[in-house]
Amino acid sequence: MADRPQPFFPRVEEVVSPGGVRAYLVTERSVPFLTLALHFRAGAVHDPPDRAGLATMVAGLLDEGAGPYDSLAFRRELEDNAIRLSFDADLDGFTGTLKTLTATRDHAFELLRLALLEPRFDPEPIERIRSQIQAELKRRESDPDYVSVRAWYARAFDGHGYGRPVRGTLESIARIRRDDLVSFAREHLLRGHLAIGVAGDITAEELAPLLDRTFGGLPLHGAALEPPPTEPQLGDTVLVPMPIPQSVVTFGRKGIPRRDPDYYAATIANYILGGGGFASRLMQEVREKRGLAYSVYTYLADVRLAPLWLGAVATSNERVAQSIALVREEIARMAAGEVSEQELADAKTYLTGSFPLRLATNDQLARMLLGMMVHELGRDYLERRNDLILAVGMDELKRVCHRLYAGSLLLTVAGRPEGLE
Amino acid sequence: MSQAGLIPLARSVPSAVFHPECFRLANGMEVVVVTNRRAPAVAHYVWYRVGCADSPPGKSGLPHFLEHLMFKGTKNVPPGEFSKIVARNGGNDNAFTSWDFTAYFQMIASDRLELVMRLEADRMVNLDLSDEHVYPERDVILEERKQRVDNEPQALLGEAVQAAQFLHHPYRLPIIGWLHEIASYTREDAVDFYERWYAPNNAILIVVGDVDAEGLRPLAERYYGVIPPRAVPPRRRVQEPPQRAARRVELADPRVRQPQLVRSYLAPSQHADPHGHSAGLEVLCELLGGGTTSRLYRSLVVEQALAAAAGAGYQPWSLDPTSLRFYATPRPGVAVDRLEAALDAEIAKLLDGGVSEEELERTKGRMLAEAVYARDSLGGIARLFGIALTTGLGIEAVEKWPQRIAAVDRAAVEAAARAVLVPAHSVTGRLLPLETSSDG
Repeated sequence: MADRPQPFFPRVEEVVSPGGVRAYLVTERSVPFLTLALHFRAGAVHDPPDRAGLATMVAGLLDEGAGPYDSLAFRRELEDNAIRLSFDADLDGFTGTLKTLTATRDHAFELLRLALLEPRFDPEPIERIRSQIQAELKRRESDPDYVSVRAWYARAFDGHGYGRPVRGTLESIARIRRDDLVSFAREHLLRGHLAIGVAGDITAEELAPLLDRTFGGLPLHGAALEPPPTEPQLGDTVLVPMPIPQSVVTFGRKGIPRRDPDYYAATIANYILGGGGFASRLMQEVREKRGLAYSVYTYLADVRLAPLWLGAVATSNERVAQSIALVREEIARMAAGEVSEQELADAKTYLTGSFPLRLATNDQLARMLLGMMVHELGRDYLERRNDLILAVGMDELKRVCHRLYAGSLLLTVAGRPEGLE
Repeated sequence: MSQAGLIPLARSVPSAVFHPECFRLANGMEVVVVTNRRAPAVAHYVWYRVGCADSPPGKSGLPHFLEHLMFKGTKNVPPGEFSKIVARNGGNDNAFTSWDFTAYFQMIASDRLELVMRLEADRMVNLDLSDEHVYPERDVILEERKQRVDNEPQALLGEAVQAAQFLHHPYRLPIIGWLHEIASYTREDAVDFYERWYAPNNAILIVVGDVDAEGLRPLAERYYGVIPPRAVPPRRRVQEPPQRAARRVELADPRVRQPQLVRSYLAPSQHADPHGHSAGLEVLCELLGGGTTSRLYRSLVVEQALAAAAGAGYQPWSLDPTSLRFYATPRPGVAVDRLEAALDAEIAKLLDGGVSEEELERTKGRMLAEAVYARDSLGGIARLFGIALTTGLGIEAVEKWPQRIAAVDRAAVEAAARAVLVPAHSVTGRLLPLETSSDG
C-alpha cells in the first residue's frame, strides 16, 4: 500500500458566526439533509454527589417540551417533520444530535434553540423520564456487560465523580427535583464550553446566522467548578457474583491523553493487541486458536481527567480463568516490547486505509468534526491524521507499549467464574 | 397548538429511490449496482439465498456456523487470513445470518474492490476446512450463544416467544441454534450444507459506492462469472398451520429486576401476502407503535402512566409469513396484568374505531420523510436490496416502497388490523422476576 495515492478527505471549514459561535463544517450536497452534533463540557462528573444521573435526566427532558410547546406538541413538531433531536450525557460531556431534512432546517434549529434555552421541565415528562431511567437501570442490573463495566469504574474511581454511575441509581434518580434540573441546565449549558460539528446540505454562509440564532442566547461562562484530577486505582480483581453461564470480564489501566504526543503510537499498540478485530493478538489467542470467547476487544477511552485503556472478554465460567491468563500474558508481551516490524506495518496500513471509511456518512462526519473540536485537534486534522500514524517508528512504539502496558491491571468479573484466585 | 413547522412532506412521492443497475451473469448470479461517488469507497456484499430456516433437522443454526467457517481458509487463502488481508488493505469485513439469508461484506477503498471480489469468489467454491479450525469455532459459537442469549433473560424470552409463534415453520428456531444442537455440529455437516447451497446461481452480488455497472461487469465476470452453476434445491419449508389458540409464555428468572411484556401476532410478509395486507400493516405498526407520538406511547406511557416504554415492530421482508409485535415495559409498581389489559384496550379501540385521516397522513408523511436518511449509508443501501432479493422480492420492492406506503388508505390499515390483530393468532410473552411470577 506504500504507493497508494493520498486518500480523499472532505474539506473542513471552520465557521465562526458574527456572534462568535464556532463550528466545524463539511458541506455535502448529495442527500438533502444535515446532521449537527454538539457537546458541552458538562457531564455526569458534574452531578452533585447525591444526585447521580442528573445530567442524564436533563438530557432526557430537553426534548420533552420547550418554549410554547408542551411535551406532546414538541414531540409532534419533531416527528411530523422527521426532525431527529436527542441529547445524552456521558462522564465528561453533555451531547446532542440534530438531524433534519433541508426543507425543515430553520424549524429544526429553532426547536434546538428552544430545547437548550427554554426547556419546560413540566411535571408529567419529569415523572415519565424518571420512570424510564429507573426501568433502564433495573434492566441493566441483569445485564452482565453493564454490571462488569460499572464495577470497574466504581472501583477504579472510588470517591471521585468518575466512579458514580452516569445514569445514577434508583435512589439518586428518585431524589432529583425540578430545581436540580433547572440549575444543571442553567449552570452547564454554556457557550464557552460548547463544540459543534455539522455535515450535510448546508453552506458556511447559511450556517453562520443559524449558529447565532440557535446558540447566541446561551451564557458564555458560568460558575461550574472543574472536577478534581484523579487516577484509576489499579491492582485488584473484583468479583460480582451473578447466576449466569458465562463470566464477563472488564480489564484496564491508565491510558494516554488524547493530545499527548504518544497517542498515535498508543493507537497502534492498541490495534495490535486488541483493537484490530480478527487481526488482533487477543482475538487470535483467545478466540481463533482456542475458541474461548466470541468477542474480546480493547480500546482507548478518552476520559478527560483520567484517560483509560480498557478491554472486555466473555467466556464460560469454567474456562474464564484461561482467558484471563491469556489476556495477562499478551499484555506482558506488549509491555516487554515484543512487537514485529510486520505488525507495525499492518497496523499502519489498516489505520490509514480505513480512516476515510469512517467519514462516509453525515452522521459519522458530524461526530468526527465534533471530536476534533472537543479535543482541539485543529481544522486540518483529517489531512494530518494519517501522517501522524505513519510517523510512528519502532523505537517509539516499544517505548509507548511499555508506558501503556507495564504495571498492574484492574479486573472486574461478573458471573460465577471457576478457578480464579 | 402551533403547526408552524408542519410542511406537507408526502405531497410528492418519488417513483424511484436509488436507481440501481442490475444484470445477471451467464452462470445465473444476480448483480445489483448502486453508484454513489461521494467518497472513493465501496460496500461489497455477497448474499446467499439460504438462512437458518433452511437448517437441516436437528442442526438448528448450522447456516450461521458455516458463516463463521467461511473465514477458515480455502485452497488459496490460509485459515484466518481473509480478514487480515482485508485489514492490511484498509478495509473492514464481516458477515451475518438471518432466517432467510446469509451475507458477507467488505467496506473498502474503491481501488481495492477487485481484491475483495477475488477473495469472496474464491471462498464461494474453494472452502477447505480442517478439524483443527472447525471445532474451536464450534466453541466460539457456544460462547456467542451464551453471550447473546443465555446471559440475557430478555433474549431468552424473545426466543421463547418466537418458538411459540411458529408451531411448525422453521422460523421457530433461533438463528444461532439450540445449545445442544450447536454442540452436535460436525465438519461434514458444514461441508454438506456448503456444497448444497453455495453456488453462484443462488447468490447475489451487491455493490454500492464509487463504481457503476460498466466498471463492475468485467470484474464480476472475471471472478464470479467463471464459477460453474450447480443445481440448488428449492427452499421448501414446512408451512405454519392456521393458529387457533392464543399462546402464552412466561419466563420467571431470579436475574430479572425489570418486567417486560411482548405481544406477537402471526402476520403476512410482503412476499407471502395472499390478501394484500402487508403495506397496511407497515403503516399500522408505525401508527400504533412508532415513536413518542404513536397511540401506544401516548396512551400507555404518557396518559395512563402505566409503562416506561411501549412500541411496535414489523419487518415485512421475510420469505414466509412473519409476525407483528408490540412490547411494553411497566413502570415501577405497575402489574404486568394491568399493562396487558391496557394494551388490549388500545388494540380494541383501533379495531372498533378505526383510524383518522389526519393521523394516517401524519404517519405516512413521517415514514416517507424519514426514508431520505436511508440514502446516506452505503452499507445500509446494500442491505435494503439484499434483504428484498433474498425474501422473494425484486429491486422494485425497494424502489417503489414510497409509492407502496403513499397508496395505503384508511380502509387498508383497518382491514390489515382486522385480519392480523386476532387473539387466537397471538403469543403473549411476559418476563418476570421469580418471586412475583403470579402477579395480578
